Amino acid sequence: MAKFTDNVSKQAGALLNWFDDRLPVTSFWKAVMTDYQAPKNFNFWYYMGSLALLVLVIQIFSGILLAMHYKPSAAEAFASVEYIMRDVDWGWLIRYMHTTGASFFFILIYLHMFRSLLYGSHKAPRELLWVFGMFIYVVLMAEAFLGYILPWGQMSYWGAQVIINLFGALPKIGEPLTQWIRGDYYISDATLNRFFALHVIAVPLALLGLVMLHLVALRENGSNNPDGIEIKKNKGPDGTPVDGIPFHPYYTVKDIFGVGFFLILFSFVLFLWPEAGGLFLEHDNFVPANPLVTPEHIKPVWYFTPYYAILKAVPDKLMGVITMGASVVILFFLPWLDRSPVKSIRYKGMWYKVLLTMFTVAFVRLGLLGMAEGTPAQTWEMRIWTLVYFMFFVLLFFMSPKGKTKPEPERVTH
Amino acid sequence: MKKFASYLFFAALLLPVASFTVSASAGAGVEHSGANINDRASLQRGAKWYVNYCLGCHTLSYMRYNRLAEDLNLTEDMVMQNLIFTDSKFGETMDIAMNPEHAKNWFGKTPPDLSLIGRSRGADWLYAYLRGFYRDENGGWNNTMLPNASMPHVLWRLQGIQTPVYRQETSESGYTHDVIDHFVLTTPGTQTPHEFDETTRDIAAFLDYTGEPAKLKRKGIGVWVILFLVLFTFIAYLLKAEYWRDIH
Repeated sequence: MAKFTDNVSKQAGALLNWFDDRLPVTSFWKAVMTDYQAPKNFNFWYYMGSLALLVLVIQIFSGILLAMHYKPSAAEAFASVEYIMRDVDWGWLIRYMHTTGASFFFILIYLHMFRSLLYGSHKAPRELLWVFGMFIYVVLMAEAFLGYILPWGQMSYWGAQVIINLFGALPKIGEPLTQWIRGDYYISDATLNRFFALHVIAVPLALLGLVMLHLVALRENGSNNPDGIEIKKNKGPDGTPVDGIPFHPYYTVKDIFGVGFFLILFSFVLFLWPEAGGLFLEHDNFVPANPLVTPEHIKPVWYFTPYYAILKAVPDKLMGVITMGASVVILFFLPWLDRSPVKSIRYKGMWYKVLLTMFTVAFVRLGLLGMAEGTPAQTWEMRIWTLVYFMFFVLLFFMSPKGKTKPEPERVTH
Repeated sequence: MKKFASYLFFAALLLPVASFTVSASAGAGVEHSGANINDRASLQRGAKWYVNYCLGCHTLSYMRYNRLAEDLNLTEDMVMQNLIFTDSKFGETMDIAMNPEHAKNWFGKTPPDLSLIGRSRGADWLYAYLRGFYRDENGGWNNTMLPNASMPHVLWRLQGIQTPVYRQETSESGYTHDVIDHFVLTTPGTQTPHEFDETTRDIAAFLDYTGEPAKLKRKGIGVWVILFLVLFTFIAYLLKAEYWRDIH
């Protein structure tokens, strides 16, 4: 028996050598996993990235299976989704994986971005990492929007109507542009068919490319950490950072635990609460799309509502669209707006804690207001929180160079 | 003490978020129906009421008879004899012969397919709707949940006829108008009010089921999936702890 296993491992080694002579298998694995040194003080917030990657895989996997049964035509789309829900073996599971995955993707991405605000992960030398991440976020929003039209329910139809008409606010090119996007004078079969193509091929390709860039940029400088200090500045006699540990096996086993915990929450929603009270799957979207009947209350899915509130806060349509666009674009510039000498919130003064809390409250509150019916009082409230949202970046720019800081430690706190 | 003060400060900043959830949940709409899709007997009764009173006009185009039989513990014979009155086959969807164009002429609106009404409106709404029919002063049927609905009170023989008693209400802007205070059962039906509540509850449960037949199974599967994951996560935690023992 011992001889047999020896033999097997010898042959496996020979096979690996054969590959290594032709493809950098071992050296690549070492470079990005076993020799790659990660700070040892990662906390809760550092699970989000790998979990987002997991959800990306879930979305691609479930999406491929859905595309095998879904029919991208206005006449058949709604019925084909119900066919998946009822007649396809485990079709309901596949679909709920995809719908739950969409919302969890945004939950994870928002937490992932918030982590950066906490610990200054966007600051030098990781500005590009942040910018690639922002591109991922924007492309993800496009992906979610395109996918939302596919079930061809009332909210699919009217939500797309509202969003596409936003382009109509642009002077001169607005009207032709909306027609070009729809491929028709109104949202129709042509629109659905092209949105399907973009949703299943074009945008996922862009997304995968950006994720690659994001990961390459991450490995270049290594992860930041909750203390916001560079572990590479403090190397031991063997040349590795004293506060670093090999990514594999330490963080791979830790992330497996994270995956387990995450999947419990994911399964809870998927199996027991897939509509999430109308947040993840909207009630009106179980009514087939009808161009002649406008739903009482059109609102986007929860992950877009903060921006929807910013749009509604501005009385002029064009200005509203510009303000909403600016609220996303400004995030790209975060690395250059945050001019603080320290990265982590732990060593920034009280001023930053107050700013970040106000920003977070503004974002969440705008999200809630974006879902609401929209009374005049709520419109005024949206205006106030929109102002708070933008003031965060303005104040950050002016306060960060002078704001009080505490001395950073030599070593990470663990 | 200073730390406590700062916690208090941040808690105060979070107030706007908390206040919203309270106000959002306060004005919840309709009465709880008590419809329970796990009660097979109730679903069976609901199916009976549905095919006898509703299916004449409202299709269930996404619902197959054989799926219904499987989920509701009915045999093929029981379905063929008690639920199918047309030449529909066991594996077919619950469609009807009525021409949608004719229906539009007769009712003013083609009666919608109700496969997914349980998902778009919810069981509680359906329960309230079915109990909300009344005879208004114009002598026609009206409904509290869907004012001026084109649908007549199909279940009136069971419930009887209820007429509203109005009271005056003054709105904030100073206008007074009549609102329905309560109903009086002017003509009794073949069922007592309690029995009629049961009937409508059964129909609401049945439509809740037809909205998503997979609901019957997915919850049971979900519990096992989650139990497995809890075990998996526990073991993953032990593995992580073992690996990380030497990290200080």
